[in-house]
Amino acid sequence: MPIKIQIISIAMSVSFLIYIGRLIVKGKLREEYAIFWIISTLVLIVFSFWRNGLDIISKMLGVYFAPNLVFTVAIFGIFIYLIQLSLVVSKLHDKNKKLSQDIALLKNKLEKELKEKINE
Amino acid sequence: MVKVAVIVPAYNEEKAIAGVVNGINAIAPGTDIHIDVIVINDCSLDQTALITSKLKCTLLDLPVNLGIGGAVQTGFIFAFENNYDYAMQVDGDGQHPPAEIPKLIHAIIEKNLDVVIGSRFLENKGFLSTFSRRMGILFFKLLIQMLCGIRITDATSGFRIINKKALSLVSEQYPDEYPEPESIILFWKHNLKIGEVPVQMRERQGGQSSITAFKSLYYMIKVSLAIFFKYLKSK
Repeated sequence: MPIKIQIISIAMSVSFLIYIGRLIVKGKLREEYAIFWIISTLVLIVFSFWRNGLDIISKMLGVYFAPNLVFTVAIFGIFIYLIQLSLVVSKLHDKNKKLSQDIALLKNKLEKELKEKINE
Repeated sequence: MVKVAVIVPAYNEEKAIAGVVNGINAIAPGTDIHIDVIVINDCSLDQTALITSKLKCTLLDLPVNLGIGGAVQTGFIFAFENNYDYAMQVDGDGQHPPAEIPKLIHAIIEKNLDVVIGSRFLENKGFLSTFSRRMGILFFKLLIQMLCGIRITDATSGFRIINKKALSLVSEQYPDEYPEPESIILFWKHNLKIGEVPVQMRERQGGQSSITAFKSLYYMIKVSLAIFFKYLKSK
């Protein structure tokens, strides 16, 4: 593996990690959703340094063509994470619904009471 | 004295809403029956809220658009908290003629049912919708019959009345999107007695159907899936 691509991949991974870190610091990304990205970036960095790592692990698992292992693991990870995100969205949807219903009911109660006070 | 809450979900119905509310207020359902109109404005973009606030009704104003199911459920929660005996759904677009409302009220009281649905297809009178929609309704009829063994000829009808028992259920859980067919499974799961009475409907007086041509395929798939999973789900 040429040194050039190694440097590029390390640089990309590290800058991605810094970007995620900045998002957390700014409060734009919550830590619980950042864990996935931090761990996967760390894995990328480890394999960027450890050049033979991928081949060694592939052989250990009996995968003949190393990139296949990368794709399998990556796609599986992405699927799981997407399902997790759908769950988060569904939960938010429910909470949002309850909140708006409560607001509508409270608004009505408040208006009724205000009207009664005015009439008194 | 029987208290009935008539829940009218309205989304961009500025043209039809006044007619619907005044129409409901004008009916005389019989002695010992008191009707209150509750309009739920589902964050309309037009003058629905302003027009409704001047009418003789309770206005529940949602801060964000929840869709028909979430809007109707808001009405159910209001009816449940304010101790109504029955809650009825009447769409805000004028499809459900107020003159038919007493039929449903009397049916649920006299037959001692938990849920009564106004069906266009028991007598096949009035506006019966387009051919493709009727095919969809037939499909839901067969699906529900297959799963639950009950015969609902107009599963998509939003013209329905429920009693207190059903009200306590739907104020807890009610589908958001396209709730009509799905909620029948919900009622059935909780052993509620469901009946139908023949009604006539009109063509909508204004506004737009929540189901456009493009969405109809999505509608069929989504509702079928929802019915199926509701069927599998334990209470």
